[in-house]
Amino acid sequence: MTVTEAHRTIEAVWRIESAKLIAALTRMVRDVGLAEELAQDALVAALEQWPASGVPSNPAAWLMTIAKRRAIDHFRHVKMAERKHEELGLDLETVRQAIEVEPDEVPDDLLRLIFTACHPVLKTEARVALTLRLLGGLTTDEIARAFLVPEATVAQRIVRAKRTLAQKKVPFEVPVGAELAERLGSVLEVVYLIFNEGYSATAGDDLMRPQLCADAIRLGRILAGLAPAEPEVFGLLALMELQASRTRARVTAEGEPILLLDQNRAKWDRLLINHGLAALERAERLASTRGPYTVQAAIAACHARAGSSADTDWARIAALYGELAQVAPSPVVELNRAVAVSMASGPAAALPLVDALAESPALARYHLLPAVRGDLLAKLGRPEEARAEFERAAGMTRNARERDVLLARAKEVSGAPGE
Amino acid sequence: MKFMVLVKASEETEAGVLPTEQELTAMGKFNEELVKAGVLLAAEGLHPSSKGVRLKYTNEGTSVIDGPFAETKELLAGFWILDVKSREEAVEWLKRAPFEDAEIEIRQVFAPEDFGEAYTPELREAEERMRQQSAEQHGR
Repeated sequence: MTVTEAHRTIEAVWRIESAKLIAALTRMVRDVGLAEELAQDALVAALEQWPASGVPSNPAAWLMTIAKRRAIDHFRHVKMAERKHEELGLDLETVRQAIEVEPDEVPDDLLRLIFTACHPVLKTEARVALTLRLLGGLTTDEIARAFLVPEATVAQRIVRAKRTLAQKKVPFEVPVGAELAERLGSVLEVVYLIFNEGYSATAGDDLMRPQLCADAIRLGRILAGLAPAEPEVFGLLALMELQASRTRARVTAEGEPILLLDQNRAKWDRLLINHGLAALERAERLASTRGPYTVQAAIAACHARAGSSADTDWARIAALYGELAQVAPSPVVELNRAVAVSMASGPAAALPLVDALAESPALARYHLLPAVRGDLLAKLGRPEEARAEFERAAGMTRNARERDVLLARAKEVSGAPGE
Repeated sequence: MKFMVLVKASEETEAGVLPTEQELTAMGKFNEELVKAGVLLAAEGLHPSSKGVRLKYTNEGTSVIDGPFAETKELLAGFWILDVKSREEAVEWLKRAPFEDAEIEIRQVFAPEDFGEAYTPELREAEERMRQQSAEQHGR
């Protein structure tokens, strides 16, 4: 095995094992930062030894053995230095006992790790970075590239996040009762944020970063495997899979975005759609009332089920947006409801809904508000007003591709023959 | 990227020998690992080739040949479809499969971008038209 091949294999093993390894180590040493260091040490040892000795038949056990040995060394060292160990509430004997437990015996470790990485004491960006790092197995450099921020920024966020978790003594546990629902919301939010950053990049030249979507979906599937009774976990998973099924149809060969209704549905990924629909069914079976992710997935499912854009059940979609406005009211939901209403009952019925949003401060900088308004005005035969709206929208978006499309539409409505 | 893992048939699978409870349990456990890691998209076993048919297309027309088929090594007994980051990751997963005497093959599933220049816009369009038609036929 060449060194490059060995490194590729180690990278693959790391992706499969790192989260479980860090989770099990966190339970032993009760410190996410220390656990990650120990796991990284084991990785370094693998990088040194495997290219020569070959990959062991049970790489997970090998890595765990090294990491445990380092953990014992660490605490022995701490004890000798006579500092902090009392504060940590740990002595060597406790560590040794904890280390005796095999990682597979406590399947909830991963779930605990997700809840810890997404703890509300951390800022959202920190939760995102830490989740990708600890659970997605991404390097600091990969996270930085995905979010177009300097690597040093991401590194700093992660270091600070780990320090905050230690300082605030955030327990390594899955909360119960009402707290569970609240904290689960934070976990799902982080996963969806990662997905959205990949699906509609907020800045930069590319419309999508598919690898980030793939990572978010993988995290969603992990969560579904760990929390099989939580309807919104399946709702979110369904939503992400149904949206991701359109990835291939969303851009032209030149990288221009293609709107949902203009997409070639043959390019939609059937396997992902079937997965998404199955997850949605599961979410609906688990819950008496649909939560916000499940309702959004139900909307995405309406599109996925329509053989062509003309077959879309817009009345049902408008009703689902009404339902979404009940469980998660927001001006963006209202805007989407307006679009659905316009498709179901015509632009004249939708314009008042959009106009009602004009004063909403939350949408003051949201480029899709003028974009939708421009669209309705164009359909109502008011090209000059439409053009102004498209230009306003173009001035608001930070995505270069989207801006081009909006400017093209502005030109198209005003230059259309007969107007 | 997606990979299809092809499980080769053996004399036993071809004879219709069903897996034991123990084997099913071990395979179930392995599949559960795949699910929990978020990489499993599909996994199915196939009935022996004696229940299958082969279609052979020539200039003269199409002939339908009933199974069983010879050359056990070239037959399939089941498959997985995995959604992983690299070929190495697929290999690492399959190293953990609870097989004792078996052979598998791991193949990447084509995405349109893999065809490069040879996959011209005209060909793409033809393919898409075909898929669209097929989707409509199945009422989707």
